[in-house]
Amino acid sequence: MDRLSYVFRRLLQLIPVAFGVTLICFFMIHLIPGDPARTMLGVHATPEAVARLHKQWGLDQPLINQYLDFMDRLLHGDLGESLFYNLDVKTLLMQRVGPTLWLLGMTTIFAVIIAVPLATLAATKKDSSRDQAVRVVPMFGLAMPPFWVGIVLILLFGLHLGRLFPVGGYGDGLAGHIHSMILPAFTVALFISPILIRSLRASLLNVLESDYITTARSKGISERRVVIRHAVRNGIISMVTVLGLNIAYLVGGTLVIEKVFALPGIGALMIDSILQRDFTVVQGITLVFAILVVLINLITDIVHSLLDPRVRFD
Amino acid sequence: MAGAAASPAVVEQLPAIPVERARGFRNRWYRTPSFVAGLVILGTIVILAVFAPLFARYDPAAQDLHNILKGPSSAHWLGTDQLGRDVWARLIYAARVDLKVGFLAVLLPFCIGTVLGCIAGYYGRRFDTLTMYLVNVVVAFPFFVLILAMVFVIGPGERGIYIAITLVGWVSYTRIIRAEIIVAKRQEYVLAVQAAGLRDSRIIVRHLLPNVITQSVVFAMSDIILTIGAIVTLGYLGLGIQPPTPDWGNMIADGQTFITTRWELSTIPGLAVVITGIGLSLLGDGLADLLRPE
Repeated sequence: MDRLSYVFRRLLQLIPVAFGVTLICFFMIHLIPGDPARTMLGVHATPEAVARLHKQWGLDQPLINQYLDFMDRLLHGDLGESLFYNLDVKTLLMQRVGPTLWLLGMTTIFAVIIAVPLATLAATKKDSSRDQAVRVVPMFGLAMPPFWVGIVLILLFGLHLGRLFPVGGYGDGLAGHIHSMILPAFTVALFISPILIRSLRASLLNVLESDYITTARSKGISERRVVIRHAVRNGIISMVTVLGLNIAYLVGGTLVIEKVFALPGIGALMIDSILQRDFTVVQGITLVFAILVVLINLITDIVHSLLDPRVRFD
Repeated sequence: MAGAAASPAVVEQLPAIPVERARGFRNRWYRTPSFVAGLVILGTIVILAVFAPLFARYDPAAQDLHNILKGPSSAHWLGTDQLGRDVWARLIYAARVDLKVGFLAVLLPFCIGTVLGCIAGYYGRRFDTLTMYLVNVVVAFPFFVLILAMVFVIGPGERGIYIAITLVGWVSYTRIIRAEIIVAKRQEYVLAVQAAGLRDSRIIVRHLLPNVITQSVVFAMSDIILTIGAIVTLGYLGLGIQPPTPDWGNMIADGQTFITTRWELSTIPGLAVVITGIGLSLLGDGLADLLRPE
């Protein structure tokens, strides 16, 4: 099978999953106990308001019609209208996507900066004390709730240590954005890097035992060059995959961090919408995140197949 | 067929692997440092939580508005919060709530995921295709996004946490068990009991499950850490355990308002989460070492 038909087949495989994702998002509203419209509008809602919402959500229609209508609107890019902001969800998301993308991007950079050196240090001297020390990092990383780490960093950098970094807000201009993203991105990076360290260490150990590394060493190339030019470059391929596969985990980590650092991103919007019981926004964000994760997983597979010529397409 | 002559009673004695493993466990657990360290850390927290009324001198919900935001003293070891409640009492009563909810919220998906994984892996075909389709759909959602959406739909509180985490969490166990069963069902001891005519349910429960459950149990340890993390995060957002019941998450949220004057109000409950997590991590690592066949 060649690369093109592999990509095509992966795209085809996406369709049933995307269909399932839309089903779950659609049925969310039917899981709400009692009358969803009444639950959403609160106890003081007038019968007219409840009836209006029923009509808006199509709850007076048969289930199959409701789903077809939902899909029809979805395929036209219509995610519904927010109950709280009086704006359509798509516009709201476009307004809020900037900080979230900044956070995801900078987190990825920080996570790689943390994970690559630590994993290399650990893998080049397996079972040594430095390997053991690096293996302790994931234990702490996994145990620390990211939002709490965020609060501790706010305490340290916002109140002490000379206020080096802003502890809230999105900043102005490019420099302002980067400066204000340092603490939140570092927080999420601490949360995601244990997984990267583990996988990169394992794949580096694998690579360092392979024949071509022995050949490189026997040619008299310095150990430093063997590790950096030969082993790490190969090990990183697997890390790209791990990072792609964990994008869902990463996105989950950014949600609360946006709230802690008062970043006006999609995660903070979702949490605010939950507290305001704004169903359409919660549904829209859940759907968009899931579709994004599916697409990123696809892109990861394709990038992996491009980076690593050993990938077979069967 | 050779197996057809063997009676089920004889076949019962065939696989000896789990027994060997159990014996190894009994002889080696105290020589596995991470297991012992995890046991000590978690054991201490569990004892404090279970016997909280003995270790706390105050009711965790009792307010004393004349003594708000006081620092540590002999009367209040960790001081008092914004309503004059004893922080130490709240901390150990919160351990009670968070550990209980964390454990139960993992137990349900563990059981459901294991059953589905066993059936999908053993029988394959349509049930497997359907189960794996469901797994692929659920893993498409970011874990915490789906949990938040479910809690939003079902409503905050303990019940919402159980339902949301069960609906999302079963997939990991199904994937692990299914993969292990697919490999194990082709091994000779399984073929032998199949040939002896044992019922499928008996083969799965008595012969396959004891051999494939290890990885799930080890995963459950790290899953409890993630689940407690999720519960505490929900509590922090006001969507988890509802006040006045103490929870590490709502304690951190309450304390954050006073971070400039009483920073320990939000850092100490967080440290409790970290220590619990480390204890569970060590226990999980130790368990993985102990259960790995020698």
